[in-house]
Amino acid sequence: MLSVVTFLPLLVCAVLPLLPRTVPDQGYVWVWIATAAADFALVVALWAGYDTHGGTQYEQRARWIPSAGAGYHVGVDGLSLPLVALTCLLFLAVAVYSLREKRRVRSYVCLFLFLQTVGIGLFVALDLILFFVFFDLSIVAMFFVIAGWGHGERARAAALKFFLYTFVGSLALLLGFIGLYLAADPHTFDIVDLTRDNPLAGRGLYAALVLLAIGVGLAVKTPTVPFHTWLPPAHSDAPAAGSAILAGVLLKMGTYGFVRIAMPLLPGSWRRYATVIVVVGAVSVVYGALVALAQTDFKRMIAYTSVTHMGYVVLAIGAAGTLAGADAQARSLAVTGAVTQMVSHGLITGALFLLAGVLYDRGRTHAMGAYSGLAAHTPRFAAVTAAGAFAGLGIPGFSGFIAEFQIFTGALASHTIATAIALTGVLITAALFLTALRRMFMGAPSLPRTVPTGGIADLRGAETVSTVALLAVALVIGVAPRWLLDVIEPAGRTLTGLVAR
Amino acid sequence: MNENPADLVPELALLGVAVLGLLTGSWLPRRRQWIVALLAATACTTGLVATAVTMATDRERTVFSAAFAVDTATGIGRLVVLTGLLLVIGMSVGTVRNHERETEYWVLLLLSGAGTLALTGADDLLMLFAAYLLAGLPAYALTAFAKDGRGTEAALKYYLTGALLGTLMLAGTALLYGAGHTTHYRGLSTALPTAPYGLVAVGLIGVLAGLLFKSGAVPAHFWVPDVTEGAPVPVAAYVATLPKVGGLIALYRLLHQAFSGSDVNWPLLLAILAGVTMTLGNLAAFFQTSVTRLLAYSTISQAGYLLMALAVATRSDLAQKGLLFYLAAYTVTNLGAFAVVTALPHARTLTDYRGLARRRPGLAAVLVVCLLGLVGTPPTGVFLGKLEVFSATLDGGFTWLAVLAVANTVASLFYYLRWFGPLFVTHDSAPARVQEVAGRSSAATAYVAATLSVALGVAGQAVLTLSEGPLLR
Repeated sequence: MLSVVTFLPLLVCAVLPLLPRTVPDQGYVWVWIATAAADFALVVALWAGYDTHGGTQYEQRARWIPSAGAGYHVGVDGLSLPLVALTCLLFLAVAVYSLREKRRVRSYVCLFLFLQTVGIGLFVALDLILFFVFFDLSIVAMFFVIAGWGHGERARAAALKFFLYTFVGSLALLLGFIGLYLAADPHTFDIVDLTRDNPLAGRGLYAALVLLAIGVGLAVKTPTVPFHTWLPPAHSDAPAAGSAILAGVLLKMGTYGFVRIAMPLLPGSWRRYATVIVVVGAVSVVYGALVALAQTDFKRMIAYTSVTHMGYVVLAIGAAGTLAGADAQARSLAVTGAVTQMVSHGLITGALFLLAGVLYDRGRTHAMGAYSGLAAHTPRFAAVTAAGAFAGLGIPGFSGFIAEFQIFTGALASHTIATAIALTGVLITAALFLTALRRMFMGAPSLPRTVPTGGIADLRGAETVSTVALLAVALVIGVAPRWLLDVIEPAGRTLTGLVAR
Repeated sequence: MNENPADLVPELALLGVAVLGLLTGSWLPRRRQWIVALLAATACTTGLVATAVTMATDRERTVFSAAFAVDTATGIGRLVVLTGLLLVIGMSVGTVRNHERETEYWVLLLLSGAGTLALTGADDLLMLFAAYLLAGLPAYALTAFAKDGRGTEAALKYYLTGALLGTLMLAGTALLYGAGHTTHYRGLSTALPTAPYGLVAVGLIGVLAGLLFKSGAVPAHFWVPDVTEGAPVPVAAYVATLPKVGGLIALYRLLHQAFSGSDVNWPLLLAILAGVTMTLGNLAAFFQTSVTRLLAYSTISQAGYLLMALAVATRSDLAQKGLLFYLAAYTVTNLGAFAVVTALPHARTLTDYRGLARRRPGLAAVLVVCLLGLVGTPPTGVFLGKLEVFSATLDGGFTWLAVLAVANTVASLFYYLRWFGPLFVTHDSAPARVQEVAGRSSAATAYVAATLSVALGVAGQAVLTLSEGPLLR
């Protein structure tokens, strides 16, 4: 079942090139929408059949390369199921949004289908090599998306930078994985076996080096300060759909790696260096927010807020590794908040990037200074963007509030100062979103000269459906989060139990 | 004592068909000389079948006074070399078709291939040297096959380097003989630990010189870029890939079998050589604009990664399967990239590949697979090879070397991407005549190689299982 969900998009991707050349561009996008919808329906079925107290479910295990210690092992638990669902939903939204795409549509659809398999595959993988395969392939596919459909020549440079940075990270990760593999007896890459055996318990420096390698690899992908510099150019030069996937799915690969691999497999080292992780998280929050505040480009601003939001996640999982001065419930709350934040950020930032794409489509620029009084011309666009911005700054009623509330409550007891510093991030984020809204949508109407004489067009059907759907789910989580938290909480408790070993 | 020639079917098939082909070719009219190519392909296929039979039944034995071992390493070496030869034959067909010396081309290729096979099984220093010569001499002639200025210069450089380092190798053999009173590996492994340290060390360095030349590793790498650029592209593909297989397996066997007990610190020496080789190859590849030179430096850097497995030959159980698997994956991947270059004879520089993805999507896809494969991106075979070799290196205690290799992998990405990028340029692509495809066989070979490369990554278990057996003394 899980393998079907994972490989269905890849299968369709393999079939697409065989279709006759006479199929119109729109035809491919419709095939994509149908595939994404089918995949999403399957995930809903998975969710419906998921037992919230059952641990890892829908497991499949097959021999793959036993000599190398690698196997095909997939399964979902409360940490991964929400992210799988997020991935499917986001790809469905992006598929609908892409109905307007006109450039080399067949390859474009193929790439995104491939990327969807890679995204789902990473979240269901329970084997380090399988995880790594998807991790690396996500880099390759996203490289092509940015280089092939980005904004002009700069996109090529941004794609290269993205590839080089994240590839360094992935190789560091690989070294860490090999370190784990060699420590286990018998040698294995299986995450479940490694979690049970805890092979690096009491291995001092060796364990610290492995954690360093894995930590750096995941930190680049997340990204946290100081490994975030690849993110702004990659985001601002990627096509809107690519940015949405990059922010919504690919960034989660880093933070998910922390909760899936780094914490349960290296509990001792994680506890020992928890303070470092908390500090990195808090710095990411404040630094990302401050730099975002200084941006004049709408899309770059959203990109930097991603650093902030991922900083909250890092802060939470760092706090979950501090046993002193915090009860188990607070730590578990922090982990739950971290996973909720991953989902929430995927939904909200995905929508915001798609909206930035609309802005670029209309005015050929992301510069906020070029627009003002947009609300008069495009009321629907203004309304949806405002909703997205408020969701992004964590106002109650949206999923971001639920996530951040849990993170701060969970982290406050163990790291009071860091949490207090990180709280200022919320304030700065609010300021920057409100400033952006005021500059672009209020005041005397003026448009960049690149806008055609017919005036600026409001949100079209496909654009409205895709962005509103994402924000609606964020709203549902914000108002009635129980169905999501019921899935995450048991897994969060299990994880804090593992870290406390 | 086993002197059964049936154990040497692959080697004898290549030698026999070389002679047969030479005779046949001298009677055939020029347009029928393709028959010799067919014979050559048949010889390789026979060898593959024979190897499969040997590996499936009783796997290990030594032949001819134990000068030649038929064991795991030989088996995998044979499979890799013969498959590689078939791929080289496939990509050569278009280039030498109806050439006035077509027969000679195939015969030389077979002879050199037989020498490479002999390298993989050599269990005796004299056998090793004979194999060195047999693998080398025909290759020198092949390099100058086009009889043009650049080819002749390349051949001369190749020959002179080979002769010089071969002499050193012979001198090293003499010293080791002096130290151990035998040239056989088993005898050496018992005699060398008690022999004078300096004699053994210098002797090893002498033998190393020849085998590093075959592998295209520092400091014996000077010939690689010139030969790769000067020789006809299929010859370049052969020279840059297959002798490396022979050389590295021979070196592995030598170190593992003869030097396992010696107190000469060869692991460190090889670790340093590995580090220098990969770094130098990568740095030199950075700003190359000619695709053949870029591939040449890339093969040097790959030799560096492969040497890592040799450094831990006796320190990690993972070294052998890592080396053998990496060699298999590297051979098909590298030959795939060369096959694309052969298929596009007018495209010589990186800019000539602009917009290839549009015009020749198939070949562009092969290049993407092969270049990403050489970087070590999953799910290609080289990724799995790198994984095994890195694991072996860490297991053997050379953490610094593994970290250096990772840094190098990242650096290598930069120049592979320089080739990669132009493929997908949509405006201002290279003129159509530059990207004309020569014949179908090279392109077909490229597809086969890319398929094999991915297949090795996805289903590499079979080869890994085969490569785990013990070595014979």
